[in-house]
Amino acid sequence: MLYGGRNTLSIGFAAAVVATIGGLIVGLLAGYLRGVVDVVLSRILDVVWAFPVLLLAISLSAVSFQSGLNFGLVKIGSGNLALPIFIIGAVYIPYTARVVRGSTLELTGAPFVEAAVGYGASRARIVGKELLPNVFPRILVLFPVVVATGIILESGLSFLGVGVRAPDASWGTIVQDGIGLLRSRPLIAIVPGAFVAVTVCALNVFGDAVRDAFDPKAAVKVRTP
Amino acid sequence: MIAFLLKRTLGAVLVLFAVSVLVFLIFFRTPGVDPARQIAGRQADPQTIAQIRADFGLDKPLPEQYVMMMRRLVWDRDLISYSDRGLVLPRGWCESRAGDRLTGRRAALVWLLMSLGGGVLSAVFRGRMLDPLITGLGLAGVSLPVYWLGAVVNLLTQDTFHDSLFQWLPALGYTPLNQDPLKWFEQLLFPWITLAMGMAGLYSRVLRSDLIEADRSDFVRTARAKGLSESRVLWRHSLRTSLIPFISLFGLDFGALMGGAAVLTEEVFALPGVGNLTYHALSRFDLPVLMAVTLYGAFAVVIVNLLVDIGYAVLDPRIRVP
Repeated sequence: MLYGGRNTLSIGFAAAVVATIGGLIVGLLAGYLRGVVDVVLSRILDVVWAFPVLLLAISLSAVSFQSGLNFGLVKIGSGNLALPIFIIGAVYIPYTARVVRGSTLELTGAPFVEAAVGYGASRARIVGKELLPNVFPRILVLFPVVVATGIILESGLSFLGVGVRAPDASWGTIVQDGIGLLRSRPLIAIVPGAFVAVTVCALNVFGDAVRDAFDPKAAVKVRTP
Repeated sequence: MIAFLLKRTLGAVLVLFAVSVLVFLIFFRTPGVDPARQIAGRQADPQTIAQIRADFGLDKPLPEQYVMMMRRLVWDRDLISYSDRGLVLPRGWCESRAGDRLTGRRAALVWLLMSLGGGVLSAVFRGRMLDPLITGLGLAGVSLPVYWLGAVVNLLTQDTFHDSLFQWLPALGYTPLNQDPLKWFEQLLFPWITLAMGMAGLYSRVLRSDLIEADRSDFVRTARAKGLSESRVLWRHSLRTSLIPFISLFGLDFGALMGGAAVLTEEVFALPGVGNLTYHALSRFDLPVLMAVTLYGAFAVVIVNLLVDIGYAVLDPRIRVP
């Protein structure tokens, strides 16, 4: 149980980090450079957005299940926990990137950015020193909710057998193990599922509170898989 | 209006194309993966792998591979699963969709009603007892993993209370509507509710916040100042504008559901549908099936979205102006 929980929680958390960083990069590029870059990136996001989250994650996991991923320099082995982390994170990038792009577009016209342009700051400096610190809180506000949806997706994938796999365990795999024993030993499946539910619920409540505290008008919609 | 239609349809066609390219890239060009070996499934003999190489033209340049894949998936419709040779793809998909469609549609109806009711009630009674209650229920609905909720519902209805409370409930499975309508309904009742639970929570929350925002807007104040009754203000004025984000969200999820995103629910309730097809393909690592399911699923989302947009343009003239 505890080992499974460690994996579930750390995957959810790490996937949210991946989604946040990826979203920041894509969103900042699209929002700041505008023009062709923005159009291309936004279209790509729209296309990824069109996929049902669960199906996209399933097909990515199934493809990379046997031999893992290999990006030249970075290689993720097939049994590695980094694989579900990367996949779940990548699937949620469109959600975070949209928010980042929106706020970047909004902030690019702000006086302090114009001032930076005025004193001759380089593009990299404007993005890194002016925009990033101001966009970051807005994406950080989303973080708990992304962790929550990441955990749900991870447990779903593990339940289907393509997320975390033996010898590693997660709450999803434990539910899967317990499903067959539901009649004789119902608790094996019920307890880890309840843990997922309570964790995700807590994260959602926490996320709502954070959001209300920082930005009362934000209308954030993160779909559950 | 015609210009809007053309523009929107053209956009959708482009997205469809891009979706298919992305699916192609995922299945044939994922870095570090040999597509032929993946498609052949586990324990494939070298002959099969060689045959797949030839079938999918894996020794040819990329664009040609893409065209070959699309021809099999969309035009010729003869993509064959290599681990289950009887299964010819688009047809198998359509057959299992028949079961799916019914589940998906009714579940969508249930969750629409649930979330409309929940959203409206909690907006009207906000700040009172009922509001936190509905919000709490919605939160629980969003947080519960669907497969687990389904399993627990099964345990309760099929086992623990089966002899007392749920005697009327038939065993898990699926009976076509035209064979035995009552049994059909009884078997699908709990899948609908389970599927709807998760969605309704999110939807009623979105609707609630939009309704509250509409309540502060000028046109609602005008409507009140005209002396309209509260119920008329709610149903005719604030609800109508609040439905826009609600419906576009619904388009996305409904499309996904039509395309077989209910993998987990169907698995748990033993319903024959695309979700179940996906589940079994996944347990065999049958990539052609997964490829088809993902592609058609995304297609369904895009097409349902297009229909929703067009429907909305018909209802709301402001949207027609791009």
